[in-house]
Amino acid sequence: MKLLDIKNLHAKIGDKPILRGINLTVNAGEVHAIMGPNGSGKSTLCQVLGGREGYEITEGTIEFEGKNLLDLSTEERAVAGLLLGFQHPVEIPGVKNIYLLKEALNAQRAAQGLDDMDTFAFMKLIRELVKTMDMDDAFLHRGVNAGFSGGEKKRNEILQMLLLQPKLALLDETDSGLDIDALKVVSDGINRLRGADRGIVLVTHYQRLLSYVEPDFVHILYKGQIIKSGDKSLALQLEAEGYQDFLEAAS
Amino acid sequence: MSEQQELEQLVQRDYKYGFVTDIEQEIIPPGLNEDVVRLISAKKNEPEFLLEWRLKAFRHWQTMAEPQWAHVHYPPIDYQALSYYAAPKSKEEIDANRPKSLDDVDPKLLEMYEKLGIPLHERAALAGVAVDAVFDSVSVTTTFREKLAEVGVIFCSFSEAVHSHPELIQKYLGTVVPAGDNYYAALNSAVFSDGSFVFIPKGVRCPMELSTYFRINAMNTGQFERTLIVAEEGAHVSYLEGCTAPQRDENQLHAAVVELVTLDDATIKYSTVQNWYPGDEEGRGGIYNFVTKRGDARGHRSKITWTQVEAGSAITWKYPSCILRGDDSVGEFYSVAVSNHFQQVDSGTKMIHLGKRTRSTIVSKSISAGRSQNSYRGLVHIAKSADDARNYTQCDALLIGDRNGAHTFPYIEVKNASAQIEHEATTSKISDDQIFYLKSRGISEENATNMIVNGFCKDVFNELPMEFAVEAQALLAVSLEGSVG
Repeated sequence: MKLLDIKNLHAKIGDKPILRGINLTVNAGEVHAIMGPNGSGKSTLCQVLGGREGYEITEGTIEFEGKNLLDLSTEERAVAGLLLGFQHPVEIPGVKNIYLLKEALNAQRAAQGLDDMDTFAFMKLIRELVKTMDMDDAFLHRGVNAGFSGGEKKRNEILQMLLLQPKLALLDETDSGLDIDALKVVSDGINRLRGADRGIVLVTHYQRLLSYVEPDFVHILYKGQIIKSGDKSLALQLEAEGYQDFLEAAS
Repeated sequence: MSEQQELEQLVQRDYKYGFVTDIEQEIIPPGLNEDVVRLISAKKNEPEFLLEWRLKAFRHWQTMAEPQWAHVHYPPIDYQALSYYAAPKSKEEIDANRPKSLDDVDPKLLEMYEKLGIPLHERAALAGVAVDAVFDSVSVTTTFREKLAEVGVIFCSFSEAVHSHPELIQKYLGTVVPAGDNYYAALNSAVFSDGSFVFIPKGVRCPMELSTYFRINAMNTGQFERTLIVAEEGAHVSYLEGCTAPQRDENQLHAAVVELVTLDDATIKYSTVQNWYPGDEEGRGGIYNFVTKRGDARGHRSKITWTQVEAGSAITWKYPSCILRGDDSVGEFYSVAVSNHFQQVDSGTKMIHLGKRTRSTIVSKSISAGRSQNSYRGLVHIAKSADDARNYTQCDALLIGDRNGAHTFPYIEVKNASAQIEHEATTSKISDDQIFYLKSRGISEENATNMIVNGFCKDVFNELPMEFAVEAQALLAVSLEGSVG
């Protein structure tokens, strides 16, 4: 079943074209990795899929479960089951994590026609998830990402993902800035989401995440286009040889 | 301030042009001189001491200049162009001009009530509908009064108290805010129209929040309101002024005075929700709110808490303060001041530590949106006599957009080396990144903004009586509507 279907996607900021004809299909049960040098358009692709303003889609289509994703607002995409994990999660002092987690979950439940989750059940669920992410309960009562280390912010992104159980998780450089231990915890978290009815897109610079979360497909993005796709061996090849050969072959 | 009365005025204004009559009200022609002051006093049939007090205030006011130090700008006020007295309307007169049902009320006003979550039966009262059919306010008032009288609590209009308890008025009036304290307080002292008087006798804990009563009962207080609250030894009272419902008034200048007195072991908690008309989106119109509020923690171990949510008025000039005179007395100030469009706020507090081991806490949160200017101005004064005094000040500013300003003017004067003073200040901004982050978690833009704003104000909302904390959140949401994105 097709979860995400991107056809000939072109997008620009101002006069500057960033995405120049992307084609990508993610089916349920698949994990895709998107790699590519800096400035190739990886983050732009994530932002466009997340519905960030400021990007103009000039051509192409994006379908999410057969619906036109571009018709949906950011929050509608979220409650429909698309989760964007941020490269640099923003700090929101004053808003407690627990409050955000609860609001987010209940927004999703409301969209599914369900009542708010009972507070007792919610607390039980969230405490278990906090434990699996190797975090402290005190974290729930701190401001969202406020004063968090880079590693804590990324764990928080994965925690939200595990709570919300998205159909499609789009993780933008979730592995950057993590030490080995944190990388392990984050990878375990991602693997827990893996399942026959879900899709995961990992945007990353490094092979090391992919040795923990083995992708089914690897794509190389360059100058706004996917110039090569392959299986997990492509990432290993890339790690060994660098981008240069691929880019030369492409140009 | 009596919102019902103000709203009656609003509603009546729409009717005014259709029903021109002479019976309306008895207004002294514009202008201010000693004769006007005498006339006000005579009309209210006041005792001699009060007239003398008014005249002294007036003479002093004439020697004073309007303060210019606040970070606000407005065209000069012509004090001789104002009218200083309007006779209270009789019930018959009011009823004649009332809307007959909610169907006759401006739908925009009703929409606002809806958004603020004001209970249905109160909406009618607030909108000035003849409420007898819906809600018998007179009988409720009577019930309240009886209940209060049982324990000896006096709660009545200021004018009434002048006649029923002149000795208490004479004993306490002007002892916290002297007649010549500042320009606006002096003006108020000379011409004040009416207000409220509360007296809690020794050892009595007021059996109810003095709020519901206030919300549904109109008192003809006018633009120069005067409130005096006295809590005797060991007494305790929580008082709520104002209401989240929008209040309009044709009087542009409002100069109220509030005086609080606590004797040994007494506590007064004074909460304000201010939502006077702030002017339109272009900054036209709106109320000038120049208020003097001060509490005198006169007794040992007494406590005064000011909590305010300031959302309205074109210009706010207001510094609810505490004089911590008694040893071990406590002063607290919790404030949320929100400004949007072209509103200007200059607000804060003064904590004057005189007694030993006195403690004060200041938590000020300002939220600026649109093109507004929002200033915190606070003084912490530790006198030589105040051994081991402590103050904690936290002053946070939240900016929405990039065309407004937040300013902080803290003054700290310490004359006793044993004092401990802490001051923390932060400035932050609601960014597009924060909003996008929350939206990407399924939360709507409106809720995202409210989450951030409420999180920012949480420390202050926690101090409000429960039902008003809920309304205050709604009020902030309405005040900031459309300011993000």
